[in-house]
Amino acid sequence: MLRIGRRFYLIMAISTLALLLACSFPVLAGDLDPFAGDAGTVKISGGTAHIPVMKEAAKQIMQHYPNVRITVAGGGSGVGIKQVGEGLVNIGNSGRKPTDKEIAKYDLKMFKWAIDGVGVVVNPKNPVKALSRAQVKAIFAGRMDNWKAVGGTDKAITIYTRDEASGTRAVFWKKAIDKGDITARANVVVSNGAMKSAVANDPYGIGYVSVGHIDNSVMPVALDGVTPTLETVKNGRYKVARGLFSNTRGEPTGLTKQFIDFLFSQTGQKIAAEKGFVTVN
Amino acid sequence: MRTERLVQHLLGLAAACSVAVTVLIFGFMVILGLPLITGGAFFQMFTSPWLPSQAVYGIAPMMVGTVSIAGLALAFSFPVSLGCAALISVLGTGPLPALLHRLVRFMTGIPTVVYGFAGIFVLVPMIREWVGRGSGMCIFSAALLLAVLVAPTMILFFSDSFSSVPKAYLTAADALGATPVQKLFHVVIPCSWRGLITGVVLALGRALGDTLIALMIAGNATAMPGSVLDPARTLTAHIALVVAADFDSLEFRTLFACGIILYVCTTLMVIFTRRVGAVSERRLWRSA
Repeated sequence: MLRIGRRFYLIMAISTLALLLACSFPVLAGDLDPFAGDAGTVKISGGTAHIPVMKEAAKQIMQHYPNVRITVAGGGSGVGIKQVGEGLVNIGNSGRKPTDKEIAKYDLKMFKWAIDGVGVVVNPKNPVKALSRAQVKAIFAGRMDNWKAVGGTDKAITIYTRDEASGTRAVFWKKAIDKGDITARANVVVSNGAMKSAVANDPYGIGYVSVGHIDNSVMPVALDGVTPTLETVKNGRYKVARGLFSNTRGEPTGLTKQFIDFLFSQTGQKIAAEKGFVTVN
Repeated sequence: MRTERLVQHLLGLAAACSVAVTVLIFGFMVILGLPLITGGAFFQMFTSPWLPSQAVYGIAPMMVGTVSIAGLALAFSFPVSLGCAALISVLGTGPLPALLHRLVRFMTGIPTVVYGFAGIFVLVPMIREWVGRGSGMCIFSAALLLAVLVAPTMILFFSDSFSSVPKAYLTAADALGATPVQKLFHVVIPCSWRGLITGVVLALGRALGDTLIALMIAGNATAMPGSVLDPARTLTAHIALVVAADFDSLEFRTLFACGIILYVCTTLMVIFTRRVGAVSERRLWRSA
């Protein structure tokens, strides 16, 4: 059952890549040189916040060196860590730092190539543009269930949250609502993309996504007066942030190492910045 | 003679293998779920809610979710499927039955996610507007979509068993001056009980086992649903959502309980089909 889901992500990823291959993109030639003459496959899965960057990086590499195959699947941070640990993929992405237990069990090597914020979002039609931390806590705990209470229209609030394996959820829970309760009545969606489309389609919805995923379809809500944007995450004023990790089992070698090096190269970091993340180099 | 024996042995081996795999899967789930059973938390799970923050890992809401979504889907789907099958095999005239049959067969090939997408972008907003509260992701929406998903299974089974009613019976009914509708209700449906039940049980199995529709449409809330317009989580969606959580945790172990429940349900359904099928056949014999 789950396999169908994974295969679906895989097919989606591959077909999107194929589509994107048609477009061209300026590349600093030097950063791609290590891939010259290489052939093989790199399998990537895990965190859904990472996907836009992974896809763009894979596209550029495969465009220049068609013998290199890179597949990008989702699944969530938990899936990424588990799959790379069990040797199912070469790189497992996570939107949270793997736990000490996970690092020890799988001998994980972590590579933090960008910093990302997690922002509360509502539908663009919603007049509510700012919430205090206490209000966000009350809303997600289910104690405050009408938009009227926070200055909106007299409508029930629908809450969207992420599944247990989500790194985005882990960071939101820890840093935005101080490990408070998330009501059991909340709808659960399975990726940053699904969260965005759920809130974009629901005029009375509230959820949280990776700042890199915020676009016109959803509206970020200022938390204690600070709007989650690339700028505020970068200068540290917006505190609900986390590293984006790519993990490997043991030291990476061959193509896997080259892919990770590419993420840290000038071109790779440029991609991360374009997709709305704060770069590390 | 010798080749026949060989073929017999090979087929026997194949049958034994498939039986063994099924039994082994059950054994695997029981063994991995054992810490739960010995920990005394096993039976508590079936009655308690899901509150991971308080270390309570009950799956009662998911069981209710599964049963209500699958049951409602079947309730929507059964009358439509029966009508469709009747149109295909008994009542329809001209090119309609063949066309319908082809359409239904085509429907079996549509991947579940396609229904899921259609559901998210068309059905869910419609239901949300109609209900006037909540997200539109609820038991009702999921059941409607699931009804579409399981209909082909039932229609094909129903129409097959309608078509296999002996021609002599139909001719006799015609000779008595029965209208096509009378023929359907008094001859065709009573004669194809077995096919009807098999179709329903298979459809129920598909509805219980489907993951993607519930995962995309039902909202996946872990609270006990209070009405069909509340979001709910099914056992299968629960497995899909929790499977990536911290392994070795009790949270993860409960998945095996979900698996065991689904497994036992399916087994009971199969046994039930066999029983009912056998009984109805005997009764048919006696009355014939």
